[in-house]
Amino acid sequence: MSSLRVENLSICIGGKKILSDISYEFPAGKRTAIIGPNGSGKSTLLQSLAGNGYPASGRVMLDEHDVQGFGKKALARHLAILPQGAQVPPDITVAELVDYGRFAHRRWFGNDARADREAVARALEQTKTADLSSRLVATLSGGERQRAWLAMALAQQPQILLLDEPTTYLDIAHQLEVMQIVTQLNHESALTVVMVLHDINHARQYADEVVVIKDQHIVAAGDPNCVLDPLLLERVFGVTADVFVNAAGQTILSPLALVK
Amino acid sequence: MMLNNQEKTAAFFWRTPAKKRILVLALFAVLAMAGCLISLMKGSVPVSVSEILQSMLPGSGATNEQIIYNIRLPRTIVAALTGMNLALSGAILQAVMKNPLADPHIIGISSGAGLAGISIMILYPAMEYLITPAAFIGAMGAAVCIYLLAWKGGIRPVRIILAGVAVSSFLGAGISALLIFYSDRVHGALMWMVGGLSARSWPHVEIILPYAVAGFLFAMLGSRQLNLLQLGDEIAKGLGLRVEAARLLMTAVAALLAASAVSVVGLLGFVGLIVPHAARLLIGSDYRFLLPATALLGIAVVTVSDTFARVVFAPTELPVGIIMAAVGAPFFLFLLRRQL
Repeated sequence: MSSLRVENLSICIGGKKILSDISYEFPAGKRTAIIGPNGSGKSTLLQSLAGNGYPASGRVMLDEHDVQGFGKKALARHLAILPQGAQVPPDITVAELVDYGRFAHRRWFGNDARADREAVARALEQTKTADLSSRLVATLSGGERQRAWLAMALAQQPQILLLDEPTTYLDIAHQLEVMQIVTQLNHESALTVVMVLHDINHARQYADEVVVIKDQHIVAAGDPNCVLDPLLLERVFGVTADVFVNAAGQTILSPLALVK
Repeated sequence: MMLNNQEKTAAFFWRTPAKKRILVLALFAVLAMAGCLISLMKGSVPVSVSEILQSMLPGSGATNEQIIYNIRLPRTIVAALTGMNLALSGAILQAVMKNPLADPHIIGISSGAGLAGISIMILYPAMEYLITPAAFIGAMGAAVCIYLLAWKGGIRPVRIILAGVAVSSFLGAGISALLIFYSDRVHGALMWMVGGLSARSWPHVEIILPYAVAGFLFAMLGSRQLNLLQLGDEIAKGLGLRVEAARLLMTAVAALLAASAVSVVGLLGFVGLIVPHAARLLIGSDYRFLLPATALLGIAVVTVSDTFARVVFAPTELPVGIIMAAVGAPFFLFLLRRQL
């Protein structure tokens, strides 16, 4: 299992400090949610985990090596990232898109085409997109498209999967579908998942750990059921919230109003 | 059972489109050969297929051997390679610039090659051998210029086109200035501006052939990289591509292909736009198939257009660039209306 941690990481973009002296170890084989207000640096943290952008200070360590020292392809074999709002050319099929996930595994000579085919078929199956594989990505619904992107990332056969708001723009059914696939992947293959989430209740329900970011710093981290309470919501988002237990026995946080 | 299912999906989805693609490639190959053949046959002296075949054997003494070997054949080869190079250049630029309307002509790379080439032609006519390298430097310079001008925290298709138009008209002004200052030496340059194939012969084949072969090979080696570039920088990086390096390298290949074509036939426009798009409609955006399809269709389109240009107002010969513009400009508008 791959270990992933940030050590005293600071990141500046365009002269503005986005993250300041952050240290955290993302638990291997677990699902970690990153939450925080808009503009708090969640996506920046995720990008820096993938080795994109240079830290102002500190470093990101993957398996005890600085990610900046990895070759692009070697990194892509360890770690897959799915950014937000990706676009595809109009005439690419799901199968082709997923096959692009094999780029980092291909070699000029002695390439294992069978391994490529199997990885693609497995990724399609894991994301329940095998039936869609000859469809054009551009013609899929939002939920189907997100699963196709997920399949592409899985074809990389990563040990770590980074997701930037994987449920944005999806209806509630597709949100749950995506979160359940992620959970299943995590359970079946001990995939380490780090995901930026907006929905507090998703974080409670689908994450083993949560990292809360505000004003360049980690303000809280740990078990989401302990960390995410009305007090934290008030402190971080400036909203009051109600707590109740639903029929399934899950604790739900329901935002009530902005703090005056 | 599970594995069996997987194998079946794999077999189904990998083999079916490949078959269709090979069919389309075969069709384009036939078109390319037909284009070359027509180009050899038609002209002021019509030549039959058997005469062409005979004259391929050395010392056969076929009736029109001189015409075929010294005039038709080199011109056909130049036309074919020009078509291939410009079409490939366009296809590569469309992925690199992430812009469906990219074409060496529209985007200003040709003007860079043009200004450099015309400068040599007019100012230092004795150093004609420098035209290709100078055109390459001009093309590369223009490409880098456009890229830098359009880069503002990322690349947006519209900014590329606008920067291309700006660079293109700037360089165009340079060309016009040269033509006005040296109006006594203009004639050759004027033909070159439109793009024409008249009187192209073996020396021109020698100029363009090495670039065509190298350009095609490098483009094919980069086809997987081009596929990823189409997905955008973020995704491509995540999949393990060194985006900046790949983009720079492929831009250089595109500039080399365009420059070699421009230095031989002049500023021939629209080939790089029409051909890759037509090929894309039939074969899809996978560059491993799109590039050879584009090359073959480029050969077919330019050889046929040039034959048309020679024959239609015979004995007067039109520059092939006029035919390409007449077909290409409406096609460009069609694409604009359809896609943007």
